[in-house]
Amino acid sequence: MSKLKLATAWLDGCSGCHMSFLDMDERLLALAELVDVVYSPIVDAKQFPDDVDIALVEGAVASVDDEKKIRKIRAHSRTLVAMGDCAVAGNVPSMRNPIGPEAILNRAYIENASAQAQIPCVIVPQLLRKVRPIHEFVKVDVFLPGCPPSADTFHSALTALAAGAELDVSALTRFGA
Amino acid sequence: MNIEELEQIADSVRGANASFDHEVNVCMGTGCLSQHSDRLKDALAKAADASGKKVLVRRTGCMGLCAAGPLVLVDREHVLYQHSRAEYSERIVAGLGGEPVAGLQCNLREHFDEQVHIVLENSGRIDPEKIDDYIARDGYKALLTAITEMKPDDVVRQITESGLRGRGGGGYPTGLKWSTVAKAVGDQKYVICNGDEGDPGAFMDRSVMESDPHRVIEGMAIAGFAVSASKGFVYVRAEYPLAVSRLSTCIRDARRRGLLGSGIGGTTFNFDVEIRLGAGAFVCGEETALIASIEGKRGTPRPRPPYPAVSGLFDKPTLINNVETFANIAPILRKGARWFASIGSERSKGTKVFALTGKINNTGLVEVPMGIKLRHIIEVIGGGVPDGHTLKAVQTGGPSGGCIPADMLDIGVSYDALIGVGSMMGSGGMIVMDDTSCMVNVARFFIEFCMTESCGKCIPCRAGTAQMYTLLTRICDGSATMDDLALLEDLCATVKEGSLCGLGQTAPNPVLSTLKYFRDEYIEHIVHKRCPAGVCSMQVPAEVMA
Amino acid sequence: MNDADVKTLEIDGHQISARRGQTILEVARENNIDIPTLCHLDGLSEVGACRLCLVEIKGSNKLQPACVTAVFESMSVITDSDRLNRHRRTILELLFAERNHICSVCVANGHCELQTLAQQQGVTHIRFPYRYPELPVDASHERFTADHNRCILCTRCVRVCAEVEGAHVWDVSGRGINSLVITDLNQDWGSSSCTRCGKCVQVCPTGALFDKSKIGSGHPKYPDFLVNLNLMREAR
Repeated sequence: MSKLKLATAWLDGCSGCHMSFLDMDERLLALAELVDVVYSPIVDAKQFPDDVDIALVEGAVASVDDEKKIRKIRAHSRTLVAMGDCAVAGNVPSMRNPIGPEAILNRAYIENASAQAQIPCVIVPQLLRKVRPIHEFVKVDVFLPGCPPSADTFHSALTALAAGAELDVSALTRFGA
Repeated sequence: MNIEELEQIADSVRGANASFDHEVNVCMGTGCLSQHSDRLKDALAKAADASGKKVLVRRTGCMGLCAAGPLVLVDREHVLYQHSRAEYSERIVAGLGGEPVAGLQCNLREHFDEQVHIVLENSGRIDPEKIDDYIARDGYKALLTAITEMKPDDVVRQITESGLRGRGGGGYPTGLKWSTVAKAVGDQKYVICNGDEGDPGAFMDRSVMESDPHRVIEGMAIAGFAVSASKGFVYVRAEYPLAVSRLSTCIRDARRRGLLGSGIGGTTFNFDVEIRLGAGAFVCGEETALIASIEGKRGTPRPRPPYPAVSGLFDKPTLINNVETFANIAPILRKGARWFASIGSERSKGTKVFALTGKINNTGLVEVPMGIKLRHIIEVIGGGVPDGHTLKAVQTGGPSGGCIPADMLDIGVSYDALIGVGSMMGSGGMIVMDDTSCMVNVARFFIEFCMTESCGKCIPCRAGTAQMYTLLTRICDGSATMDDLALLEDLCATVKEGSLCGLGQTAPNPVLSTLKYFRDEYIEHIVHKRCPAGVCSMQVPAEVMA
Repeated sequence: MNDADVKTLEIDGHQISARRGQTILEVARENNIDIPTLCHLDGLSEVGACRLCLVEIKGSNKLQPACVTAVFESMSVITDSDRLNRHRRTILELLFAERNHICSVCVANGHCELQTLAQQQGVTHIRFPYRYPELPVDASHERFTADHNRCILCTRCVRVCAEVEGAHVWDVSGRGINSLVITDLNQDWGSSSCTRCGKCVQVCPTGALFDKSKIGSGHPKYPDFLVNLNLMREAR
């Protein structure tokens, strides 16, 4: 049996979910028997492949770039997993929503700047007015809440997904876990 | 005051009226007043004086046809003048006893002829602030007869046999409610009149309170006698200042005449009425919220049971009925339960007052027998849709009701028939829509209303209506998906089944009924990003930071 | 106790006896049948507002809140069905979308009744668009903070303050989606007539009301004091 193609992606999040993923430690070796990691911040591929079996996405959608990425990921993935509270619920990145992006940029780049106070506008992608969870843009197949979901959660969930087995997410994790 | 004295007053008023050659009634309800019918009345009185004719110029309440106001009715000749202005006074007076002024006459025979007036029998015919005018039209006769010649049980039986059902919306049998309160044990009981009319486009109760307030007071007093209550409250929304001032005057006059207070009619029956003002919350029309409001608390509903009939105002047994319900009581006692039961349909007796608004020619109040075809009300009495447009739907029951499509308008108007088509009687608002109305937008309007009027106590109504509004806005701006529609339908179920009070439980009705009959319009918005009626702008607000 | 004071009924197929006047919720919990609640708290009056405890009663199509519905003879109650669980999940989702509940940075993370219920009911994401309202945080009190972003308007604070502490500092202002719990006539909590007893903090099911000294250290709440307090008061 050929291995499943696994991709992971990183939108507006802290990378903690990826760290927790790596916390699977020696169990990663067993997982490697089941899946090939074809795209991820932790591997070298530059292009999102055409036919991914399982895509784990960390982070909320905060910019036009994030939105483009999540649509592409959705288009080329069989099973899309929202990984962690940012992807599932917006979480910390979405805390800017009640006050709006201008206020946040001002605080970060003008009020708190010690030199060259200016709001970046070239190279960096345009921000969306509201940071939103990924399912508000594309269909999501599996939600794995947690900040971050534990290594055990990743292990149980990925093993089940790879085997096509039933997955009771609420038995594994919750918001803020 | 006894019945003989009542007759004497009536005779003297009739005699005084007969001493005039002409009676000219000027509508001074809120609608006509807003077009300066007070100035018109003064001008008519002046013109009458100058003419030397013996003319009684009388201030009256609403004549119903608000669209044609200000209205002037020359009573004995049955001549109705529309859009009257002070400068027409001389011409109107000159026409008295001769040819009516041609250009001013309102000739909507079918509008008036097809109506049956019980609740509105005095509206536009008496001066609402003159208790003797009311007495001259058999006012307070029913009360005095009841307390001197009947037992409380007999009164309840009359009301039960009449088949009268609550006019506030729910249609609960009035007699059953009265008998429950009558049987409830308590040293103190209360009667409350619910005048917190709040449905958008509904103004029946306002009109009754402005045009014939004594009728409401008499109905309450009879109810007080029937259920052994000695204290009544009229809860009127503060947005009805004219109704409040007329009711205050009338309560004072009724007390002076000994028709309210202690030992009414020389009996041992005591009953008095006080006014309480609603501070502008729609939810205070819900009985438990209204009671909390009268008690001086935050106006939020509480779970029932216990029902107010058992434990209501200040935890005492409380009878609470709507204005229009009380307005039906005196005629029922005067003319008998059988007479009342002979009007209307099988399970909905009597008449119902409707407020016709929206895309209809004859905007205003109509009172029709139950069972009359909806189409007849719209097309004949209401005069149909203006400007050559086609009728699309009729919304009844306010924000709790539903939209009935034009091809179903042949149903007879009754509590059960309206529920059968996914709407409800409600308090009597009837909003007519034509081909320029977008049904999704209509649903959104009503949900916005429910959202802003939700008290916030229970979660399904508080947060659910807000989410329904968001989802409907998405549909209206073209950003919704079919998943949003499925979510909306799911949410409707939870708000309907999960909410604490009637406001929330019925809030989804405008969405559910438009989804049932006009689903294609929703699909058109979502899939083809097009509003068939051309109402919605279909512009998605910018998501990207400027 | 005479016969009329004892009711026999069925809850989820279990034959159960109860005393007259007991609510379905009381009887269910006595018999280890769990019905989710948020506004209910043993020791406070009932408001029937959260609607999570809705149950089905055989013979009626209308759902009834278990917290305020009294048992009657031969009643048959269902507390667990697809229909009920669907509504419960929707209600929880509505709460999460209503304000800004960021569990990961909340002082009550791990001790929150809303969070726990969401997990129990299998809520893994919120289908409704988040509303992201801009809400105040009142940190004017020397000991406590009120973060309205986390408030679910269960009114336990209002009731405990009025009914148990007798101070009635808390109440609700505004209406509908704009409702807000306030202290006194919308003064800052710190300058209000608060007695600093802390009961509201202990009964708050989320991290909306919290003790400043607990920031960063986990903040379990102990609402059980209420039942004991009421018992002691009755004994006196």
